Amino acid sequence: MSSNKKYWKSVEELNENSSIVETLKQNEFVEEIPTDEFLGDKASLESSSTTRRDFLKYVGFSTAAASLAACEGPVIKSIPYVVQPEEIIPGVANYYATTIADGYDFASVLVKTREGRPIKIENNALAAVNGSANARVNASVLGLYDSLRVQGPLKGDAAITWNEFDAQTNQKLNEVKASGKQIVLLTQTFASPSTSALIAEFAAKFGNVKHVQYDAVSESAALDAYQAKYGERGLANYDFSKASTIVSIGADFLGDWQGGGFDSGYAKGRVPNHGKMSRHIQFESNMSLTGANADKRVPLTPTQQKQALAKLYTLLVGGSVSVDLPEAVAQAVANAAAQIKSAGANAVVVTGLQDVNAQTVVLEINSHLKSKAYDPKTTIKTRQGNDKAVAALVADMKAGKVGAIIMSGVNPMYTLPNAADFAEGLKQTDLSIAFSLKKDETSALAQYIAAAPHYLESWGDVEMKKGYYGLTQPTIRPLFDTRQFQEALLKWNGSATTYHDYIKQTWNTSVLGGASFSQALHDGVFTTNHSVVVETPEGAHHEDKTFVGGIIEDVAEGLGLKKEEEGTVETTTATSGAAAARALAGATSQGMELVFYSKTGMGDGQQANNPWLQEFPDPISRVSWDNYLTVSKADAESLNLKNVHVATGALDGSYADVTVNGTTLKNVPVLIQPGQAKGTVGLAFGYGRTEGLKEEMKTGVNAFTLYQDFNTVQNVTVAAAAGMHEFACIQLHNTLMGRGDIVKETTLEIFNTKDKSHWNAIPMVSLNHEETPVTSPDVDLWDEFDRSIGHHFNLSIDLNACTGCGACVIACHAENNVPVVGKEEVRRSRDMHWLRIDRYYSSEDSFEGDNEKKDNIAGLGSSLTGFGEMEHPADNPQVAFQPVMCQHCNHAPCETVCPVAATSHGRQGQNHMAYNRCVGTRYCANNCPYKVRRFNWFLYNGNDEFDYHMNDDLGRMVLNPDVVVRSRGVMEKCSMCIQMTQKTVLDAKRDGRVIKDGEFQTACSAACSSGAMVFGDINDKDSKVAHLKADNRMYHLLEHIGTKPNVIYQTKVRNTTEA
Amino acid sequence: MKKSYQSLEDNSTINMKQVIYRKLTSKIIRLGFIVLLTFSTSLKAQEGDPAKGKSLFNTNCAACHNLDKQMTGPALRNVEARLADDHGLDREWLKSWIRNSAGLIKSGDSYANQIFAEFNNTPMTAFATLSDQDIADILAYTAQEKVEPKVDVATTGGGATQASGSGISNEIILGALALLFALLAMALILVRQTLNKFAEAKGVDVTGGETRLPLWKAFVKNQFLVLVTAIFLLLASAYFVYGYLMQVGVDQGYQPVQPIHFSHKIHAGDNGIDCKYCHSSARVSKTSGIPSLNVCMNCHKSIYEYNGETTVEHSKEFYDGEIQKLYAAAGWSDADQKYTGESQPVKWVRIHNLPDFAYFNHSQHVSVGGIQCQTCHGPVEEMEVMYQHAPLTMGWCINCHRETEVKVQDNEYYAKIHEQLSKKYGVEKLTAAQMGGLECGKCHY
Repeated sequence: MSSNKKYWKSVEELNENSSIVETLKQNEFVEEIPTDEFLGDKASLESSSTTRRDFLKYVGFSTAAASLAACEGPVIKSIPYVVQPEEIIPGVANYYATTIADGYDFASVLVKTREGRPIKIENNALAAVNGSANARVNASVLGLYDSLRVQGPLKGDAAITWNEFDAQTNQKLNEVKASGKQIVLLTQTFASPSTSALIAEFAAKFGNVKHVQYDAVSESAALDAYQAKYGERGLANYDFSKASTIVSIGADFLGDWQGGGFDSGYAKGRVPNHGKMSRHIQFESNMSLTGANADKRVPLTPTQQKQALAKLYTLLVGGSVSVDLPEAVAQAVANAAAQIKSAGANAVVVTGLQDVNAQTVVLEINSHLKSKAYDPKTTIKTRQGNDKAVAALVADMKAGKVGAIIMSGVNPMYTLPNAADFAEGLKQTDLSIAFSLKKDETSALAQYIAAAPHYLESWGDVEMKKGYYGLTQPTIRPLFDTRQFQEALLKWNGSATTYHDYIKQTWNTSVLGGASFSQALHDGVFTTNHSVVVETPEGAHHEDKTFVGGIIEDVAEGLGLKKEEEGTVETTTATSGAAAARALAGATSQGMELVFYSKTGMGDGQQANNPWLQEFPDPISRVSWDNYLTVSKADAESLNLKNVHVATGALDGSYADVTVNGTTLKNVPVLIQPGQAKGTVGLAFGYGRTEGLKEEMKTGVNAFTLYQDFNTVQNVTVAAAAGMHEFACIQLHNTLMGRGDIVKETTLEIFNTKDKSHWNAIPMVSLNHEETPVTSPDVDLWDEFDRSIGHHFNLSIDLNACTGCGACVIACHAENNVPVVGKEEVRRSRDMHWLRIDRYYSSEDSFEGDNEKKDNIAGLGSSLTGFGEMEHPADNPQVAFQPVMCQHCNHAPCETVCPVAATSHGRQGQNHMAYNRCVGTRYCANNCPYKVRRFNWFLYNGNDEFDYHMNDDLGRMVLNPDVVVRSRGVMEKCSMCIQMTQKTVLDAKRDGRVIKDGEFQTACSAACSSGAMVFGDINDKDSKVAHLKADNRMYHLLEHIGTKPNVIYQTKVRNTTEA
Repeated sequence: MKKSYQSLEDNSTINMKQVIYRKLTSKIIRLGFIVLLTFSTSLKAQEGDPAKGKSLFNTNCAACHNLDKQMTGPALRNVEARLADDHGLDREWLKSWIRNSAGLIKSGDSYANQIFAEFNNTPMTAFATLSDQDIADILAYTAQEKVEPKVDVATTGGGATQASGSGISNEIILGALALLFALLAMALILVRQTLNKFAEAKGVDVTGGETRLPLWKAFVKNQFLVLVTAIFLLLASAYFVYGYLMQVGVDQGYQPVQPIHFSHKIHAGDNGIDCKYCHSSARVSKTSGIPSLNVCMNCHKSIYEYNGETTVEHSKEFYDGEIQKLYAAAGWSDADQKYTGESQPVKWVRIHNLPDFAYFNHSQHVSVGGIQCQTCHGPVEEMEVMYQHAPLTMGWCINCHRETEVKVQDNEYYAKIHEQLSKKYGVEKLTAAQMGGLECGKCHY
């Protein structure tokens, strides 16, 4: 029965005679719809000469006219130079040697310029010691064309001229000088002899000047330890190619540890040579690139790492400490110690713990071992930051003691945990100037933004290591009205010389020792066996008699260096070494420990507005466009943190609130990381920028806010928060599930003792019920083409040498105009990378274990459970990296299915892709067993929906004019850099000469500093790649399907031999 | 800006004829002139041969001197007479100046120092090797009276009438043919009329054929014929539509109006300048490069006027005006003989537009292949206004790759591959196609 209740919306309705209610009942809309306003005005409607029909006619006509006009070809203008520079020939690239020194990345590189604009960064073969170009350095060219760069000096928001800037700042500086307050230069590490001299001159002129060097990611502990031992602020150099046993305790030395640049030396020792390769043991918390490459990896919390290091010290050097380590870990430490002992001087120990004691202990161990890989004399100078000085500066600023602050290459408002204090201090200064490329977090607060040039527009010099110099020269005229810090110092110092002349003068008087400056500039690098220390305002120098640069130990001996060193070692070992070890052994912790790290792609976040780097997938997690809290599986379960795969195949993760010492970082996305030490979480620097970058690039959270006391390890509480984060993770299938033919792997023991057929067997197929190798012509469905004439290109990838650094990925981006698609599209698996570096975990302790498990599966039941288990990576999995690009199959499955013959084979072994012929059926991508073909779902250039570098004129200047920019609806893929091979061939034809081995390169092989990628012509029987093709370790990816690829892989060999 | 097309077939023949006629007449007139000049002046200047002097002057002096115009050095017409009259300097002084001006200046000669200062202390190159006779020849040449080039007008007129005459002659032939046909038709009609009259006279019925169906009705009734015709018409129209569509985007004959009227005919044709002198990057680069203005100024610093053949449309004034445009663009002040620094880059209209997805490299074809520029660009040396000669379609490229033999001789690079390939194909000479020149990836990446 229905009720008779009366419902009412307002008391007014209860009044039966209300006129309002009655009106409301009649009118659907309370307010009148103003139709009359435009329809009721009869007069204007009638007076209008445009009837509806006329309107339609106009529409029709204009549409027709527009389409007709479109038929007309565009008139293209060609504007030649008025006076063509002598060195520029349109269409021919010029190369300049220069050096990047942005305070975080230091490397001597070659810059490729076309028609006067830099388009690509390449390795400088002459500068192998000065560090090779990593992913960030490769991407740095895009920073030059950043549309958000400051285009001229600014006072607040108002543009001013440099003359005004000079007048005003000079006046204020003199006022500050008169007031007796401090003038502070807060800068990045320049490691530049000329800049040091300039700063000294500046100090001499203005009196109370303090120069504070600040590294966003501090190496202060290591610097302090080195300074205490060797009396100089710097870092010890390591050459891992000389080490047969490498023990690392928390040092990500293939990443950014102590300035980076150690990977090529490391990779040299990793390739089995006459049955020998180095053994690498890694103790660490986060799964780092280095840990992923290690032969044995022991996940430990930082506290345990300290204890392990203390234990290692006592086992190697002597003394005793009592540590509380789990049995397995203690055994691992003992094994490592035994292995080090047996290797003797061929062993090396490194640590990344930001703890003076830990760093001291390591220096002592290496000195004690007389390790050949340890080189304390070639001091690394690329990290100079001093935490205490920075902390003191912030305090001084707050106290109002600082009259003027001039910043260059730093962004403390972003990188300081106490940024608020800094901001407060900044307000107290009379003058604040920030030399900056961008209006970033810090420069936005400074009184003056001095627009700084990009390094590709600047002059400069760097002393990377003692005796190893690099020169920076402009490769393009400044794009904007900019002035570099050093030029400004010269102005303030009242000097009329240019910085270029100043460098020349400094070098001629104190660096070159009679050598030619032009030659040094041409080479980009200069090596000497004496170092310059410019301290005095006059720019005087003295040759350092104590330390001798270079790596020639005999020279050092000749100077009586050995003796002195031994003496000091004795005493320090007795005191500081043992004491430090005892201090380490006493380390304790409460609760979870947070370990900060820097990502291969983003580093310290300077290049956060670089879309290439944002889209660069992290080598370990394969996540792009984000940073996240890495949590072990066990901890995630106990904290109720989840990672789920949604229907589109994308990855979602929980949020967590992370609290350090009262400071909370809210809504940090959580990624469950196999191999993360239990009781630890990891978080990467470099994300969470808020100023000076496009909206799309404002990704991740700012880890620097928790980076208290510049310590990379913090005690932390993690609490689950509401909501799920959407990751752009490009690899969801983490394990191989026993498919050993994708990543072939063996141990050094088996590799040395057993036949190739055991560890690198050729797959068999059944032919007439007989097992036949898949490489046999009998089982081939296809007729083989004759490729013996001319060139036949092959690319060899050594899985042993590949560290997964990703320099090749960015180099490929730059060379081939690969578009950036953005986070949303990556999430939909529409990433455009032509070259990806697959990362595989194993579900057992080793890949071998996986294979065994797969082989032992019998029946449906056990296969269901067995494969189910194998889907999940283990707690401490083995990791393998495998770069995969188009395999350029000789029997390519893609070619046979293309309905329009847009993809076809060349006799040089390259699988061609004619974009203009492609109609976008995507059959080829479906039929590709390697999944390396990429489809242009959208127009990625000149499209506001994809507001990356290809959307503005400035950003498009980076495009390679020799490679076409693909359009929507077209399939694209790796071309094996056919534009580069064709160029090499053409040059040889023009010169009328035979091509030598090594001349043929692809972008990735040229960028690979570890020597993992070797490219060449296998028809040249003496070429390196021809030998690699015949090597026992050689295999093809998915060989059993008979595609006969032209990309070959070298089986990964692990040195699992325990001592 | 709109593209201006011209129907090539129509114009080129006419143009070529024009060129030939013009060349002939101008040559005759020029010859006559030279004869006349040598004859007349040989009487006047006893000691030097002005004809020899002219060639010596052009080789040695013309870079800095002009007869009537001050350039890097002073104008030299009647220099000897002027020096003798104004400064009392004889030929000996001139000789020592020409052979070693620096020495003369150093010796403290007052006029030498005066002229040195007057011309911005720019020293004159010493010509120690010029003999007395050479100097006499040159001075004889400088002593010639200035001749106003009146003949040019005559040439122009002659050329024009002859050119139009050839046009008229075509029309006359056509007209004559038309007249012939008209006469024939008239004759036929007259014959028919006469025959009809005869028939009428003899009483023969000539209208008997009217019982037959008219031709079109018979055609309509024959369904087979209609079908065949329809199919034919459809196919024909499809053929033409296809042909039309295939022409879309093919700009053969594209001849846009350029901001400066640059005549390839004058430069490459009349003056025989090598293409690669200006388009130098064609040797080493993928682009042939439009010459930068400093390349133009290499010559045009001293060539400030046009003295070649002219037409009504392209008169001397017209060409001189174009040179002035160049000066304005390069920022060259002809009066002061120096750059003002105010340049204005020239926005040429690009004629040969290869699409972005096709890679073409000039050096591959020019340096390695040894292909003549004219193979693709046509008779540039005859083009008063540059146009696109080749269709630049893929079919056109491919065809050439199929037919052209690769220049493998004396090229170390080809030695091995040539030996192997010629064995494989059993031929001595290899085409670009046999070398792999038809593969997609060779041009598309």
